[in-house]
Amino acid sequence: MIGGGNAALCAALMARESGASVILLEAAPKEWRGGNSSHTRNIRCMHEEPQDVLLESYPEEEYWQDLLKVTGGITNESLARIAIRESATCRTWMQKYGVHFQAPLSGTLHLSRTNAFFMGGGKALVNAYYRSAEKVGVDIQYNAEVVSIELSDNQFVAANLKDGRRIAAKSCVLAAGGFESNIEWQREAWGIDENGSSPADNFLIRGTTFNKGVLLKHMIATGADQVGDPTQAHMAAIDARSPLYDGGICTRIDCVSLGIVVNENAKRFYDEGEDFWPKRYAIWGRLVAQQPDQIAYSIIDSKSIGRFMPPVFSGNESNSLDELASKLGLDAEVLKSTVQEFNAACKPGVFDHTALDNCHTEGITPEKTHWATTIEVPPFYGYPLRPGVTFTYLGLKTDASSAVFFDGIPSKNLFVAGEMMAGNILGKGYTAGIGMAIGTAFGRIAGRNAASAAEKD
Amino acid sequence: MQQLNELIQEAQRSVLSDQENEVDRIMTICNACRYCEGFCAVFPAMTRRLQFNKADINYLANLCHNCGACLHSCQYAPPNEFSVNVPQAMAAVRQETYIEYAWPKSFGRLYKNNGITVGLASSIALAFFLWLSIASKGSIEAVDGNFYAVFPHNTLVLIFGAVFTFSILALGIGFYNFWKNISKTGASIAAIGESAHDALTMKYLGGGHGEGCTNEDDGFTLWRKRFHHFTFYGFMLCFASTSVATVYHYVLGLDAPYALNSLPVILGVFGGLGLLLGPFGLLFLNLRRNPLHGDARQKPMDRAFILLLFLISLSGLLLLGYRDSPWMAYLLIVHLGFVMGLFLTMPYGKFAHGVYRVAALLKNAVEKRQPNTLKLGSD
Repeated sequence: MIGGGNAALCAALMARESGASVILLEAAPKEWRGGNSSHTRNIRCMHEEPQDVLLESYPEEEYWQDLLKVTGGITNESLARIAIRESATCRTWMQKYGVHFQAPLSGTLHLSRTNAFFMGGGKALVNAYYRSAEKVGVDIQYNAEVVSIELSDNQFVAANLKDGRRIAAKSCVLAAGGFESNIEWQREAWGIDENGSSPADNFLIRGTTFNKGVLLKHMIATGADQVGDPTQAHMAAIDARSPLYDGGICTRIDCVSLGIVVNENAKRFYDEGEDFWPKRYAIWGRLVAQQPDQIAYSIIDSKSIGRFMPPVFSGNESNSLDELASKLGLDAEVLKSTVQEFNAACKPGVFDHTALDNCHTEGITPEKTHWATTIEVPPFYGYPLRPGVTFTYLGLKTDASSAVFFDGIPSKNLFVAGEMMAGNILGKGYTAGIGMAIGTAFGRIAGRNAASAAEKD
Repeated sequence: MQQLNELIQEAQRSVLSDQENEVDRIMTICNACRYCEGFCAVFPAMTRRLQFNKADINYLANLCHNCGACLHSCQYAPPNEFSVNVPQAMAAVRQETYIEYAWPKSFGRLYKNNGITVGLASSIALAFFLWLSIASKGSIEAVDGNFYAVFPHNTLVLIFGAVFTFSILALGIGFYNFWKNISKTGASIAAIGESAHDALTMKYLGGGHGEGCTNEDDGFTLWRKRFHHFTFYGFMLCFASTSVATVYHYVLGLDAPYALNSLPVILGVFGGLGLLLGPFGLLFLNLRRNPLHGDARQKPMDRAFILLLFLISLSGLLLLGYRDSPWMAYLLIVHLGFVMGLFLTMPYGKFAHGVYRVAALLKNAVEKRQPNTLKLGSD
């Protein structure tokens, strides 16, 4: 197993269950193990009736339609349905290996029907899987970065490690993540924008520093079939003051839909009230990436305090728009006129941030279609936003067997799981908890198939 | 207005100690994450707040049972840049609250270097009983298993009664002041019942999933909860044994020593066994505890208390075993010395954690019955 996150661990446990002897190569040292799985919090699960922590029902067809909508049709229906169906039954297996589920976290009501939350989050899940893997005799190696794969006639022979070790095996699962942490590759993929700057230079990486895409690049260069667009990714708008790596969930800014968002020219650029924030946060990363210098500012007034999840960094509390503009480095006159114009366009309505209310603007572009209320009661708050890349979608093409393909022909003993193949299902867009559903489903399939490939050998 | 706000914020910062500021910093990060909500009561209580003042911080710190689950599950734990260690930050503030709410206030400093405090208190108590025995009888001798031939009953009652009453008073005042500071309302019967249940079952050493808390690594164990139960209920049985013996003496007119099948001896033996096994196990776990858990500077306080309980029990059981031997008088002196060491340091040592923990659990039970004033919508 090459990788050390959810998909690799699921593959390792499954292969062990199927009788194989397993070595797991995690590039990170122990304290950073688990890749982006350590930052996750839930898995989207199909269910026909209420289960322990899942309310009502979430049938296959509804799940599929949700996925179809967010991906705009850039998906693979048969693979998607495999992940969806697996999600209905995999939780018992997860619990067997020590994963605990809990009722939805406060502030996540919209997910209480569809998503099962890991108690303690993804790192608790990763810890449980590592404990179980040790117990069942998986040989776990940390600081074991694989830089290349030796193939013979498209069959796996051995993995070569950065430290010079060569590890031969009868079969192999690649589950080493996307290339989100490789800024250089991101720069190459995003190129130069119309303002002459390189957008990727202003990206923040929400997860691990270890997903450099070394193995992904190597496999593509070796002739493995690829899938997806390198600029497509789960990309949220997060606080610009976040660390470059591993800022995780706490860096999100949840007040976008309650106020206005302006770019560095102090101008609005998109309908902030298009839909509920949980349905929109994943498109705002891209929206900010398309603005000059990839920065934007979410601005609210004191009416919004207490109506959104508390952010980790302070909101530059200011008693006037002049003061806020100076704190944020915006042109005060332009900001004031943007706010005035917006305030004048707000039509009276009944404000309700828990529903798609009727507070909207008229006569401005872009319009704000819900939760449009004037920004006038000091203190004012402003949060700087940057694109935060969660994970990239460029991956290796696969099918229901999770085999790696070369010129349309599946390898007999080389498989792929997790972020390295999620792009088969996620051409673009995202819906909460689908990454863990794909990782768990295809991790288990890859593990099982790798074990039987080893047996046949 | 702006200046006023800045002044208020500045004042708030200066009111908080460095350790309290650290809890404030960490809780602000946790409140934006919330993954640990299922483990214990601290995180749900946190979500009822957007900011954390001194009273909030002291309350949350004492609500934390230092189970360690949130540390091992934390994506922001060191070496992450955010460097979040909830149990450590909470433990540091807990000691500050013990110092701050100690009565008399100046005695709070006894919590610093608490290993020395407990060691000295026990040594002085031992020396005192040695002196008392020689001073009153001229020599140390045992007579037919009769404790009161060594120390007159009324002398013991007077000495222990006075110290015990003082300690309970000091703890009571600490509890009252702490409660007044963290809670603005009274408590309903239901809230009192729930907090008593949470304390007596050590609910929050269960990990939220019932598999227990963490110790040396990220794995869960129920042994800390079990050993704590042995310790606490062992202590209570010993206390019951002494209470029953007091009733025997004053109400029934029955003098010690009591028969092996009498209620005081049975209660004392079971209590003593619990108080041997419990502290032994807690010390075993404490020595193996992950160094990131809790506040390393408080280990002497924890271990001194655990050891003292162990020695009280060991000397008590030996006293029972050898009460008819010439060693009885020596064992009695040693046993009484250790018990006095505990009584003296109850309001100035680890014993007090239970008092503030119960206050925090009560506050939690009260608070969760009140409507949440925040309407944060959905993330």
